[in-house]
Amino acid sequence: MSATDTHRAETPVAGGDWETVVGLEVHSELKTQTKLFCCCKNAFGDEPNTNVCPVCLGLPGSLPVLNSFAVELAMRIGTALHCEVRPSIFHRKNYFYPDMPKDYQISQYDEPINVGGWLELPDASTVRIVRAHLEEDTGKTTHQGDTGRIHAADYALVDYNRAGVPLVEIVSEPDIRSAAQARLYVTELRAVLVATGVSDGRMEEGSLRVDANVSVRRAGATAYGTRCEIKNLNSLRSLGRAIDYEVARQVALVEATGVVLQETRHWDESAGRTVPLRSKEEAFDYRYFPEPDLVPLEPDAEWQARAAGAVGLLPSDRRERLTALLGGAPTPQQSEQVHVVVGQGLDDLVAAAVTQGAPADLAVVRAANELAADLDAALALDPGAFAHLVEMEAQGALTATQSKAVLAELLAAGGGDPAAVAVEKGFEALSEASLATVVREVVDANPEEWSRFVAGEDKLAGFFTGQVMRATGGKADGKAIAAELRRLRP
Amino acid sequence: MTRGGPTGAAGATGAAGAARAEGVQSALSIAGTVRRGERTAVSVVEAALAAIAARDPGLHAFLHVAADEARAAAEALDEAVRAGNAPGPLAGVPVALKDNLCTRGMPTTCASRILEGWRPPYDATVVTRLRDAGAIVVGKTNLDEFAMGSSTENSCVGPTRHPMDPSRVPGGSSGGSAAAVGAGLVPLGLGSDTGGSVRQPAALCGVVGMKPTYGVVSRYGLVAFASSLDQIGPIARSVADAALLLEVIAGNDPLDSTSLDRPAPQVSRSLDAGVDGLRVGVCDELVDDTAPDVSRCVREAAEDLAKAGAFVEEVSVPEIRFGLSAYYLIAPAEASSNLARYDGVRYGLRVDAADVAAMNTATRTAGFGPEVKRRIMLGTYALSAGYYDAYYGKAQRARTLLIQAFDRAYRRFDVLLGATAPTTAFKIGERVADPLAMYMSDVCTIPSNLSGHPAMTVPFGSGDDGLPVGVQVLAPALEEERMFQVAAALERAAAARAGAALEHPPAARAGTGEDARR
Repeated sequence: MSATDTHRAETPVAGGDWETVVGLEVHSELKTQTKLFCCCKNAFGDEPNTNVCPVCLGLPGSLPVLNSFAVELAMRIGTALHCEVRPSIFHRKNYFYPDMPKDYQISQYDEPINVGGWLELPDASTVRIVRAHLEEDTGKTTHQGDTGRIHAADYALVDYNRAGVPLVEIVSEPDIRSAAQARLYVTELRAVLVATGVSDGRMEEGSLRVDANVSVRRAGATAYGTRCEIKNLNSLRSLGRAIDYEVARQVALVEATGVVLQETRHWDESAGRTVPLRSKEEAFDYRYFPEPDLVPLEPDAEWQARAAGAVGLLPSDRRERLTALLGGAPTPQQSEQVHVVVGQGLDDLVAAAVTQGAPADLAVVRAANELAADLDAALALDPGAFAHLVEMEAQGALTATQSKAVLAELLAAGGGDPAAVAVEKGFEALSEASLATVVREVVDANPEEWSRFVAGEDKLAGFFTGQVMRATGGKADGKAIAAELRRLRP
Repeated sequence: MTRGGPTGAAGATGAAGAARAEGVQSALSIAGTVRRGERTAVSVVEAALAAIAARDPGLHAFLHVAADEARAAAEALDEAVRAGNAPGPLAGVPVALKDNLCTRGMPTTCASRILEGWRPPYDATVVTRLRDAGAIVVGKTNLDEFAMGSSTENSCVGPTRHPMDPSRVPGGSSGGSAAAVGAGLVPLGLGSDTGGSVRQPAALCGVVGMKPTYGVVSRYGLVAFASSLDQIGPIARSVADAALLLEVIAGNDPLDSTSLDRPAPQVSRSLDAGVDGLRVGVCDELVDDTAPDVSRCVREAAEDLAKAGAFVEEVSVPEIRFGLSAYYLIAPAEASSNLARYDGVRYGLRVDAADVAAMNTATRTAGFGPEVKRRIMLGTYALSAGYYDAYYGKAQRARTLLIQAFDRAYRRFDVLLGATAPTTAFKIGERVADPLAMYMSDVCTIPSNLSGHPAMTVPFGSGDDGLPVGVQVLAPALEEERMFQVAAALERAAAARAGAALEHPPAARAGTGEDARR
């Protein structure tokens, strides 16, 4: 996501004649300790089939018991998206699939927990939300064989660790008008999920998954065209490319034949195209009916209020807060950094560091780069240690390179005293007095270069800086050297 | 369908009361003697195992006898008694479990090929509670496959036979437990009741069977047939023993979301309270369509309650007639979903095929019997897009009307009275070819499953064929205590009639009852 994407792209890919219409279904795993209907650990990346029990394996006789924290997180989403949070029930969605232990998925159907709502994007456009409902995730199937493709597989391995992990499916109205806006929507929604503590938002681990319903219509038309649902969109890049491809495909189809067939299509990332998965006629009849093993979910006002109270600041609020800390109008680069910091959920850390004396601009830079690159460690980092480090760097006690090295140590340890780490690494910056002595010695040793520098050959500053760095073993700060040189220059 | 199991006589003579197996000790009495150290649990269990070994070959009530586990549990219990520890209300009492109740490490087959070889890694909540109460699980009993049936003929390993007449069915689907208790092999059994599967076989076998209010007993570990209807219930030789068993297994379970947040009903304390002043409605719809010998027993039961001081009146609850149709949409619909998981992927039978879908189909084709397939297809159809409202939706609305009708009746009456089954035990094979005739076996019991209300059957007299008849007591939700109070009064009245009959035998009744049976 680049800052230049933050305006609404009005021009459809296929030409001015056609309007792109997109609705998105976003599945977000919820950041709970345990699964939706049992006490198994909700964790990514563990040994296959280690976080399983009779309930999430769907063993005969087992019964689901609803995880109340998952309900609370779902209500947070509803609140953040301005939905009406309502009494709801669960349904069974019946279809056979080997990674679905019961061969039905417990999901919400016509009485979901969150209904209506909207998400405002950074470009000031608004996408309406139809619903955001609770459901359980499936397991994962790996097809084993020469090609890794389903049809050529010799056998399949199923990992049920993910089976029963809580999901919220957030369904938008078809209000999105371009691939860029779709990416912006997902980026902002992801930020909302992270900021409200609902999800870790990791698309690469599958904790955020997107399906796109794409159609096209003549500019100015009010009726929607026939839509196709695109699956397997594993990144923002795939989402954008798939929508662009699909719009072009549909426009070509309509112009050639007048019709688009309603179907589910699969995005092939390497081929850069969508391929048919199943037609409307082949669509599953899910035979939804109310889940008799669960009772209606009717959160009382107090519980709803508690969930709403935990929503806290939304990304837009958070971006505003961080921008205010920076003071004045942010540069485009700073705006981008603010997006990253808020998007990764690092703004509380930055704000805490600023409160403890760190300069906001440098804290934002380190957070957007070094902290965002090591997110797990960053989210566990002690704000005091981070504040102290940024302060040291700002005061010239550490060079940028040294600061990054110390920060890496702090991240690895979860905190610590940056000054002590700097000493340990031999990163003590030279005192002003000793730096002045070294600079004087370098000047004295190079009289010819010095006179040319004094005469106005500015590029020789680099030569002197290099000499000082060599003499100090890299401990000197570039800015401090420059200042000393300026002071000596008559 | 294959019929395994021997065909030898089950030791019955055809006289009602023979199956009462005189001299069989009650659960209450066993627990008392074991607790007091007067008798060891080991000796009780050995006697039960010996009775099973001697008589079950002709009965085929058991699918699995857990002799080693039962002996070990009995020894541990005796050790606890010797050590002075309180051994629980069911100390040393042998219990037979319907084989759709999960037992850790012990086969749990639902009498289906599709669960061949599966051993659950956990105990059902009711099983845990039984063990905690000192009961000894002696084995798993036969049933109609996945509890779908009314005769125990739909078992993949062949039918159980009636304890008094091996040519007849014990009823079903909990026919194994009912026959085991009826034959006196064990004093207590557990069954599951989705449309009458505890009460109907209990009635046919001449024992007490009870279905609690939905949510009173945890369903955790009961292999689901129709989740909104299933309840586990006790089968016993007396109302007092059934009460004891209910008190052990009932009460809130956090593992079952539909479990009610209340303690187990205390039903034992009201057994001697009598029925003076109680209002009893004899329900037309639960009498009119039953065989004359059965309806005669219901009328006699009503007369006896009136003599004991109850206010007895006839009442019509016409909505009961929706019951069978609504049930045969709702139960198969839920079953079609509950049984989807038997796909050959994770446990039980797998029949290999070219790909996953073909493997699913081959496994389910080989693993399920014809009645289970019939209900899966019925239920799948009833839930299909475009048919949901006409079938499943409408059935649910009928269910709501039925609940409201019962609620109206219970404003006028404390309990309702009716038959449990339309006839006495029928012949093996008699209804196999006609599913609708078989389904009619549950016409009197289904309404309570749809309404979620408690109901129980008490043996009361016998049919023209000399086989037992059960009279059913129905009560409002959570009124188990009142229901047991009436059941105990009926039990006393039945005993009084039997005693009187011994002193003054009635004139021999004409016919065998076959002609009278519809």
